[in-house]
Amino acid sequence: MISFSEIQSILTDDSRERLESLARQSKQLTEQYFGRTISLYAPIYLSNYCSSHCTYCGFHIKNKINRVRLKPEQMHTEMKHVAATGIENILLLTGESYKATPTSYLIEAADIAKQYFTAVSMEVHPMETDEYKELFTNGVDGITIYQETYDRTRYKEVHLYGKKANYDFRYDAAERVCKSGMRQLSIGILLGLGPLAEDLHSLYQHLRFLEKNYPGVEYSVSFPRLRKIKGRDFAICDVDDKQFIKIICLTRILFPREGINLSTREDAKLRDNILELGITKISAGSNTSVGGYEMFPPEDQDPQFDISDKRPVDEIVQMLKKRRFDPVFTDWRPINNNRGQSPIFSHLSQKGLE
Amino acid sequence: MTQTTQIDTQEDIFELGGKRFTNRFLLGTGKFKSKQDMADSIKASGAQIVTVALRRIDLERHEENIIEYIPEDITFLTNTSGARDAKEAVRLARLAREAGHGSWVKIEVINDSKYLLPDNAETVKATEILAADGFTVLPYISPDLYIARELVKAGAAAVMPLGSLIGSNQGLKAKEFIRVFVDEIDIPIVVDAGIGAPSHAAEAMEMGVDAVLANTAVATAKNPAQLARAFALAVKAGREGYLSGLPAKKDIASASSPLTGFLYEE
Repeated sequence: MISFSEIQSILTDDSRERLESLARQSKQLTEQYFGRTISLYAPIYLSNYCSSHCTYCGFHIKNKINRVRLKPEQMHTEMKHVAATGIENILLLTGESYKATPTSYLIEAADIAKQYFTAVSMEVHPMETDEYKELFTNGVDGITIYQETYDRTRYKEVHLYGKKANYDFRYDAAERVCKSGMRQLSIGILLGLGPLAEDLHSLYQHLRFLEKNYPGVEYSVSFPRLRKIKGRDFAICDVDDKQFIKIICLTRILFPREGINLSTREDAKLRDNILELGITKISAGSNTSVGGYEMFPPEDQDPQFDISDKRPVDEIVQMLKKRRFDPVFTDWRPINNNRGQSPIFSHLSQKGLE
Repeated sequence: MTQTTQIDTQEDIFELGGKRFTNRFLLGTGKFKSKQDMADSIKASGAQIVTVALRRIDLERHEENIIEYIPEDITFLTNTSGARDAKEAVRLARLAREAGHGSWVKIEVINDSKYLLPDNAETVKATEILAADGFTVLPYISPDLYIARELVKAGAAAVMPLGSLIGSNQGLKAKEFIRVFVDEIDIPIVVDAGIGAPSHAAEAMEMGVDAVLANTAVATAKNPAQLARAFALAVKAGREGYLSGLPAKKDIASASSPLTGFLYEE
């Protein structure tokens, strides 16, 4: 396992040769273990109600935004829109409100999502193992949960109240996801929010622990970079493009078989070039507002973060093919947690083959 | 005019699952940079059996479905990638059959996202159920003789011992264990995983295995179709080498004078 000082050394080394060397190793490993396939997904924000105060987030409880929570028929509208673009892998997100979006609401959302998508993941409030189990048996394949920063002091500074202020509850949620039977787990840090080398080191230790103790889960890592919110900058360190690339490459070298995700926070030019360097999954055609695909015009939307890469799905597909990548929409088949929505599964049940 | 020596080349038939094949190179279809590259590799190698992960098949619809790039006369071997236990593997296999992808299945039961090592015990369980259900079952395993014997009893059509870790391109790290299979197991042996170069494939065939499957090496090559063809040639060369009866390696040095000659001295 890489040491903290080794990470520091890599992050502080400005030499072009070092960066190029990391990039070459990362590219070779990614191609060896993943080929040149890039999986595509899209987010749908179900609700921006939030009971936590995270100073850096557009949804936090003190922000005066239009609070919206999708009703079932509205979920259908949004999901139909995204499914029509070809996306099969959906990430459903909510703010962190146990009252506005309880487990029952999330289960209802998963039931609807299964009608449109083959793989359903969620990025929602942390919960107990039994609740994750319930989500899993009701059709959710994966959970995304970021610690944001592993530095306790910094964590306390930016998470002022609400359940998110409980560092340990959030940290242990990753393990509870694994215990629940969930197939996929995505963890990560918000780059710039906390001390970089420390956060990376802690993230790698966390991932190593999970890998070792829950080997059957498919892991992936995300590195969203903290952006200004309403003109305010919450970053304590600058993570420029070179640092960002170093982080992606280092992660790939240390964890050759784990996925690395890239959102539309990053602009098109960076996204296109970084594909060669370790990324395995990207979002496409994204909207980060509740009801942002069909329900509300742009001027009425409150995005969680500003999207830099606004290209629609088919443009992303063309770009990938031009760069000799194979865009993959379908990369999952729900095995034992489908509620019979797929006609194929109902055939199995009818024939008594289940 | 010089006389050429006639070599008796009876066609080498590979019998598997009740079918007869003339190519002992199997191709995996994952990791290619395009589905066209995959199609070209199938054509260039002449592979007659390909594996496809069910998780990648767009069962419900649409564009760029990997199935469309696989010729219809190819024997389609769905693999149960994603299954973590026997129950899941059985479910996936049945799903594939119901979706019209035939009843040949490569069982991959892997509860290990780091090394992708197969769970041999669960693989045996899945084989028993699926073989009894009319599937042609090719189970992917770490080369354990006990497990192989169980698989024979369970009705497997072949065994697929790994050469080395999936995607590692390390060749036949498990060579001696595979050699044990060649000596002791009577159903076809198809070496799968870790085959990184045509020489690895030839090496396996020279030992007497029945076929070789490669995926990562071909898919990630600069020229996949060319490498696929090279693999097919290597498999053929290795097979001919085996059939011709390779000279036994002398592992005992010949003494300069007989060691037991003293028994016959007057």
